[in-house]
Amino acid sequence: MSTEVLRKPSRPGPHRGGEGGGEPGGDGNGRGGPEVFFDPGRFGLWLFLATLSMMFVGFTSAYMVRRLAPDWTPLRPPGLLWINTAVLLLSSATLEAARRRLRGWNPAGVSPWLTATGALGALFVAGQLAAWRVLAARGYFLSGSPHNSFFYMLSGIHGLHLLVGLVWFAVVLVKARRLAYTPGEADGLGMFATYWHFLTGLWIYLLLLLFVL
Amino acid sequence: MTDMAHAPEAHAAEAHAHAEEAFIWKYVFSKNHRVIGIQYYVTAMVMALVAGLLAMLIRLQLAWPQRDWGVLAKLFPMGYDVGGGFGVMRPEFYAMLFTMHGTIMVFFVLSTAPVSGFGNILIPLQAGARDMAFPFLNGLSYWTFFVGCVVILSSFFVGAGAAAGGWTAYPPLSALKGAVPGSETGQTFWIIGMVFFIASFTMGGLNFVTTIINLRTKGLTPLRMPMTLWAMFLVAVLGLLAFPALVAACLMLIFDRHFGTSFFLPTGLVLNNVPLLGPDGKTFLHQGGSPLLWQHLFWFLGHPEVYILMLPALGFTSDILVTFARKPLFGYKSMVGALWAIAGLSFIVWGHHMFVSGMNPYLGMAFAVGTILIAVPSAVKVFNWLATLRGARIRFNTPMLWAVGVVSLFISGGLSGVWLAQSAPDIQLHDTMFVAAHFHLIMAGAALFGVFGATSYWFPKMFGRMMNDTLGKAHFWFTFVTYYGTFFPMHYIGIAGHLRRIYDPYQYEFLKPLQPINQLITISALILGSSQILFFVNFFWSAFAGKKATENPWQANGLEWTTASPPPHGNWPGPIPEVHRWPYEYANPDFPKDHVMQHEPLTAAEMEVKAAEGPSRHEH
Ligand code: HEM
Ligand SMILES: [Cu+2]
Repeated sequence: MSTEVLRKPSRPGPHRGGEGGGEPGGDGNGRGGPEVFFDPGRFGLWLFLATLSMMFVGFTSAYMVRRLAPDWTPLRPPGLLWINTAVLLLSSATLEAARRRLRGWNPAGVSPWLTATGALGALFVAGQLAAWRVLAARGYFLSGSPHNSFFYMLSGIHGLHLLVGLVWFAVVLVKARRLAYTPGEADGLGMFATYWHFLTGLWIYLLLLLFVL
Repeated sequence: MTDMAHAPEAHAAEAHAHAEEAFIWKYVFSKNHRVIGIQYYVTAMVMALVAGLLAMLIRLQLAWPQRDWGVLAKLFPMGYDVGGGFGVMRPEFYAMLFTMHGTIMVFFVLSTAPVSGFGNILIPLQAGARDMAFPFLNGLSYWTFFVGCVVILSSFFVGAGAAAGGWTAYPPLSALKGAVPGSETGQTFWIIGMVFFIASFTMGGLNFVTTIINLRTKGLTPLRMPMTLWAMFLVAVLGLLAFPALVAACLMLIFDRHFGTSFFLPTGLVLNNVPLLGPDGKTFLHQGGSPLLWQHLFWFLGHPEVYILMLPALGFTSDILVTFARKPLFGYKSMVGALWAIAGLSFIVWGHHMFVSGMNPYLGMAFAVGTILIAVPSAVKVFNWLATLRGARIRFNTPMLWAVGVVSLFISGGLSGVWLAQSAPDIQLHDTMFVAAHFHLIMAGAALFGVFGATSYWFPKMFGRMMNDTLGKAHFWFTFVTYYGTFFPMHYIGIAGHLRRIYDPYQYEFLKPLQPINQLITISALILGSSQILFFVNFFWSAFAGKKATENPWQANGLEWTTASPPPHGNWPGPIPEVHRWPYEYANPDFPKDHVMQHEPLTAAEMEVKAAEGPSRHEH
């Protein structure tokens, strides 16, 4: 967690108290402010990512058990996957570049880098679909062998999460174009970045699990 | 997630704006935690009605298996052989009954009413917050749950009926569409319904943990939190970490069912004497999958899940016992520690459901030891409760009766757990009615009694009125006696070898002498079922016409009792109270009155002691 997460309750954050959050002009919580204060939105996102990780822990254990069965025939990954991986890594890098512009008091410089992130993300999804087609052309189908099944299923689930990320990206891009993000207040962008980098890390993990380990 | 936060538009003209809020936003698509909590609660109770009726049909079948039930055959033509004047239950229908009874009760009733229901009602009130951290997400989670309920209920009416592979949905019954009638569309609906349920429970969990970590009022340190708040926190964490395993399993199940993969399906499956061959017509469609893999994933969730049902009841019980015993909670810190221990251990004991699945005996041993370890924190809880009650001048109102009932069920159900936890006796007891007895006493019973206790205790905060005490007590005694009457004899027939989930026990010669016990159980169950009418009457009558409740009718100490009954929008009309002490300050001889509420500032004398002793004394 970055230090931003630990921000002190100086800010009457929009989350606090929720609906009907206190009397007009109050700090949203009346006299007794909260004891500990992580930004709830960010905290919730981290929790959600922990939950998502547990799902992949479940898949991992299933994979390790299933791999021991006698019918296991390894699948050779198409070379395209490594290119896709590079594209995804690059998208995380451009996202960091965008955030750096924002932190460097250059809000206008954000959106080109951000656009690159989204474009690379979309390219990754397209590349994954292409990789599926390559495999299918070679005769490796979903139900052909358990290794195929795991590959298609896990890359598919990862891809779906990336599509959700692209929708979120669209929202973030519109906001960035309107210069809605100011340097100190990078919440929306920061949360999006957390999610995006998580998906990049997750893909690397899946790749290692499926084809390297 | 920023978008989920609520804009401050409601703040400005509070009082006026709310009076004019349209009904639909206020009560239907509400974002208010209390309204959402009540919605969850009521929906869960409706589901309980359905699942309870299913239980009655199960019991009728077990007591009089070959009887011709003319009336029932008219009511449920799909379930009884009507042709030729017969009204005998069909075996597939029986399997569907126990599957859906278990599924609905475990997930849609007893995970929902205590956790999503009372969690939403109580967390902001006990933590001193205006609402949950993400009110929009909260509303969304309720409606997601609602869709899940609709899907589950409608599964009775699709194709050949609802799922029939047990609430545990073991493959191949759940994975092969042609296995039993319910394995077709019914099982698909089951999976979809569960996915909706899990999505909703996850949204709720995110809200619970975030609210309890981030929005507690000033002074409410972790070790001043009421036990209910602790339980809700741990339950939410358990849900967030355990349910994803079931999501993963359900996804793989969908792939096996619809896309021909073989995660859970082994080679050599034969359906109705026809080998299940692949498209080439020569080799088997499914190869090498492992049904046991599902069992591991399911029980990795399943065991924490039973504690998801249990922990809130433990929390309610601690809070209620103390209030009616008028004594401080004995061993508060050890109570919190015990909750943590139970929650932590619940992740490493799932193998005790699989002792007879052919697992390595050494592994079985490890799971057995882990399981028996849970007896330690459980015993800590029981002894602390008993110590709290010792020498107390107890007020026996309805909530207290339920709380004592939970203690009783927790003991009697826990003892059978220790038998089952050992892999050797479990060879005999697994999949018998002994297991049914065990989990109905401890999980179903304690959770159910906890919900009834919480309902009568916090009813003022739900509806601003008191429940009728006489009706409540009558309901308690009927339920308590018949609950034991129903589930206690199941131990005996289970030890005698009566399997669970069998359609007609009297196909077995050695079970015939047990028939009178089965009939006794059924009669008791029928009375148990009908006594619940008392509750529903009391609930609705009191909600609309009960005695108006004061702010703090039970003279309790928590923050929820510092505001009106029911609390206004935003929970406190003025500023949120600050917390200065733990919630169990009863019968402290230093005070003239017998209880001191959490928000009452320290007295001068207390300040002096605190300064002399360091900060620990009032931290508890
Ligand atoms: C009116 C009260 C109840 C009665 C009479 C009742 C009766 C039964 C019966 C007869 C069975 C089937 C045993 C067998 O497999 O042959 C059963 C199973 C079960 N019940 Fe209940 N029950 C009641 C309440 C509850 C509650 C409150 C829960 C909530 C957790 C619950 C959860 C279950 C579960 C999980 C099963 C196992 C289902 C299966 O093995 O497929 N029951 N119950
Ligand atoms: Cu268990």
